[in-house]
Amino acid sequence: MSFKGYRRADGRVGTRNQVGIVSTVACANDVAQAIAAQVKGSVAFTHQQGCCQTPPDLVRVTRTLSGLACNPNLASVILVSLGCEGTDVDAVARAAAATGKTVEILRIQEGGGQARTLAKGLLLAQRMVMDASACERVECPDSDLVLGLKCGSSDTTSGLAPNPALGLVVERLTAQGGTAVMGEITEFIGAEHIMAAHAKDQATAQKILDLVARMEARAEAVGCDMRGGQPTPGNIKGGLTTIEEKSLGAIAKAGRAVVQEVCEYGERPQGRGLAVMDSPGREPELLTGLAAAGCNLIVFATGRGAPQGFPFVPVLKVTGNRKTWENLNDHMDLSVAEVIEGRESMPAAADRLFDTVRAVASGTLTKAEVSGYFKATDIYVTGPVI
Amino acid sequence: MIRNAIVIDATDTVATLLRDLAKGETVAAGLGEEVVTFPALGDIPFGHKVALHDVAAGAHIVKYGEVIGVATAPIRKGEHVHVQNVASLRGRGDLATEKETIR
Repeated sequence: MSFKGYRRADGRVGTRNQVGIVSTVACANDVAQAIAAQVKGSVAFTHQQGCCQTPPDLVRVTRTLSGLACNPNLASVILVSLGCEGTDVDAVARAAAATGKTVEILRIQEGGGQARTLAKGLLLAQRMVMDASACERVECPDSDLVLGLKCGSSDTTSGLAPNPALGLVVERLTAQGGTAVMGEITEFIGAEHIMAAHAKDQATAQKILDLVARMEARAEAVGCDMRGGQPTPGNIKGGLTTIEEKSLGAIAKAGRAVVQEVCEYGERPQGRGLAVMDSPGREPELLTGLAAAGCNLIVFATGRGAPQGFPFVPVLKVTGNRKTWENLNDHMDLSVAEVIEGRESMPAAADRLFDTVRAVASGTLTKAEVSGYFKATDIYVTGPVI
Repeated sequence: MIRNAIVIDATDTVATLLRDLAKGETVAAGLGEEVVTFPALGDIPFGHKVALHDVAAGAHIVKYGEVIGVATAPIRKGEHVHVQNVASLRGRGDLATEKETIR
């Protein structure tokens, strides 16, 4: 099977064809947003990082911004910098340029402030959007899909229908040579032995266990029971009692696919198949991490109804909760509540989900894209602001 | 009887409700085609769990065939199983020195 995507100079395939206005530090967000607000076809990525952080976090911020700038859903990129930040802006530009796309850097301090930088940015963005508009969609095999996996605002229906349906899609996609990336390491706690058993070899299994131990140790270092943080108050209202229960439902979204590799946050998997990426479960950081890893589409399974999308990667919302499908319909793209209601088999629901993935990959808009509900983005950091 | 609760694995000690049940209503918990029935001992909302057996305080709670936590009080068959009577075994920074390992 296939979909229609934008094949880029480096061979990767975009499901969208936008011009990225990427802020390289929190202090440049205002200019990035102002450019994107004026130029149709461009979209801003903003965050709160990039300055006064410890070196490991600055390395992670630079790596993540590089991954975002390289994402094939962006035809070209403008990096908006203040000029004095810790992010290595030139490294981000070099990484993006290596994919063959056009990259420009605007530095607000060098450029004479907001007004002059904005004027320059508007002209650049306008030209880039016009150049991008000449790109055409071409037939691409399913194996060009790089699917990000996410579940959020989960309840007990998540583990009964949307996550297992997504798991079947991932099994089928990876069997065809496609790629899937799974994060949310917090939501491996209590289920890591199952994910480790899905690893391709012992070394990969150990990397999964090490990532989970690192995440759990970070939470335990605070000296509290993490319940209330994970699972969240919403998860608990939805019937999820412990992190173990939440995790056992969450890992179903990878099915029984073999874990081929383990990546750091924002790092692009080297090969195809299922990759596990370090990340917390929270949306602003996790969705960014998946986009930086090169995902060209994200499937987001939800129970209580999470509205968040991402600026330039479509986020397809699927729910197994009938009440959520009806009450939050302006945020939901697909229902698989029929499985829980005994009216549809899991494989049939997975067929509908995969068909919807192909449609969205080919250009059908998600609810989050239409409503512009994708501005709460950030980059995962583990150290202090200093 | 048509099931109103789902059991995921034969070793599970809990079933997940597919609709709200009021105290005294019959739980019809299904694992595949097999359905067991017993009364709900309290009001239990959609998506929440009901005990399939009596569980002693300190015993493991099992769902998906896996341990999801430990009973903090005795739980009777038909009782609501949730944060009021189940604790997590993981992410317990408060219990760091006496942590139980389930791997």
